[in-house]
Amino acid sequence: MEKIIAQKPVQVNEEGYMTNFTEWNKEIGEAIAKENNISLSPKHWEVINYIQNEFKNEVPLTIRKIGKSGLVDIKEFYALFPVAPLKTATKIAGVPKPASCI
Amino acid sequence: MMANHLHHKLNRKEWTIAIVDERTEHHYQPGYLFLPFDIYKPKDIIKSIKDFIPADVNLITKKVDRIVATENYIQMAEGDRLHYEVLIIATGAKIAPEETAGMSGKLWHQSVFDFYTFEGALALRNKLRDWKGGQLVIHITEMPIKCPVAPLEFAFLADAYFKHKKMRDKVNITYVTPLSGAFTKPTSTAALEHLLHEKNIAIESDFAIATVDNDNKTIVDYGGKAIPFDLLVTVPTNKGDALLERSGLGDDLNYVPTNKETLQSKAHANIFVIGDATNVPASKAGSVAHFEAEILTENIVHYIQGEALSASFDGHANCFIETGNNKALLIDFNYTYEPVSGKFPFPGIGPLGLLKESRMNHWGKLAFRWIYWNVLLKGTPIPFVSSQMSTAGKNFK
Repeated sequence: MEKIIAQKPVQVNEEGYMTNFTEWNKEIGEAIAKENNISLSPKHWEVINYIQNEFKNEVPLTIRKIGKSGLVDIKEFYALFPVAPLKTATKIAGVPKPASCI
Repeated sequence: MMANHLHHKLNRKEWTIAIVDERTEHHYQPGYLFLPFDIYKPKDIIKSIKDFIPADVNLITKKVDRIVATENYIQMAEGDRLHYEVLIIATGAKIAPEETAGMSGKLWHQSVFDFYTFEGALALRNKLRDWKGGQLVIHITEMPIKCPVAPLEFAFLADAYFKHKKMRDKVNITYVTPLSGAFTKPTSTAALEHLLHEKNIAIESDFAIATVDNDNKTIVDYGGKAIPFDLLVTVPTNKGDALLERSGLGDDLNYVPTNKETLQSKAHANIFVIGDATNVPASKAGSVAHFEAEILTENIVHYIQGEALSASFDGHANCFIETGNNKALLIDFNYTYEPVSGKFPFPGIGPLGLLKESRMNHWGKLAFRWIYWNVLLKGTPIPFVSSQMSTAGKNFK
């Protein structure tokens, strides 16, 4: 389905995750963050960029992996994205949430 | 599987095939799911490796110290070397409970069990036989794991097992996952979520485990949430074999970076990777290894003839999911398509229904053990099921 985020029409799924990463831009990221009551600091952006790179390399994302990224430890990751951190961070980054096969 | 494929395809005057495996027994790993519930016996799931090796293939039962990929040889633990022209890595994935604080502590195999090893599944069977009930917590540490649906099947089978023992009212079942729910794909969620309600299985989602607290019998997540258990059945972090770490060939979870279409190692052109040992974004499932084997055989033949690797793996997986009470689901999917409803393998006819509970699917699951030993390991294609996923007979939106 289509949703207008930061004045731009983008494709999202039922849960609001973008389904076409090429439509993402920084303003959209900021708008999704705002919807989730998060104001993005430079540290947030470092984590978001890391998540986007891992997505491009098709590496499955886990909380542990982010804790080992060298950017933040897991406690800091929770401090940045307090509610369901991986789900929220991937949504802001414009990539699919971590999923299983069913 | 690859030895069985390749010994038909390669010119045996020019090529020799060797398999190096430190073990002498092969385990039917999908059978570990049934062992705790006394559905399978140990003898059903263990056979001698040599029974499956073609007569002209050299089986070397030795421990490997490391692979020296830059010089094309395998260093055995005993000191001798085995040189190769082409290497296939098929070392699988293993559980690593030591990755989570407290998991392999004093309660390990007392009140905290895995069922991804033979020892764990057997210890859990013995525990369940006498267990009087309480809080049963079924838990996934982190993805990716082998057979991602197995923990859910465990929950369904546990519900049926305790009902059969007339003690379901004494057991609370909670399913704890680091993902957003037991189901994460929209079509599966819509089609299957009712099963959890029907079976009275509670869900705790987005749970990223930090520790197993052995003294208080709780699991605690990084956000501070604690879930108590009397019996914890966990799927620990899965990792590739430590051999790949020793050889400098693995990523941070010891999986080999692999081209997801050709199955060639990204670092070394003469190394190929199959099954759970790869980092490709397909399910870590037996059917995936089976379909990959057909693709890989073609590509190895291309490689040794100096041709482009034209066979391309599409991520095809085909899995039965036990739901208890002699019923099961069947799912069929690949890199592109999520599981949907429909008929399989014959469009419009079946006889198996996709993403739908049926007795027929349960018999399919049980028959799969026979197929595994007699068809898959021997590298024989499954009739009517091709390595490339078919979209025919499926109900896409």
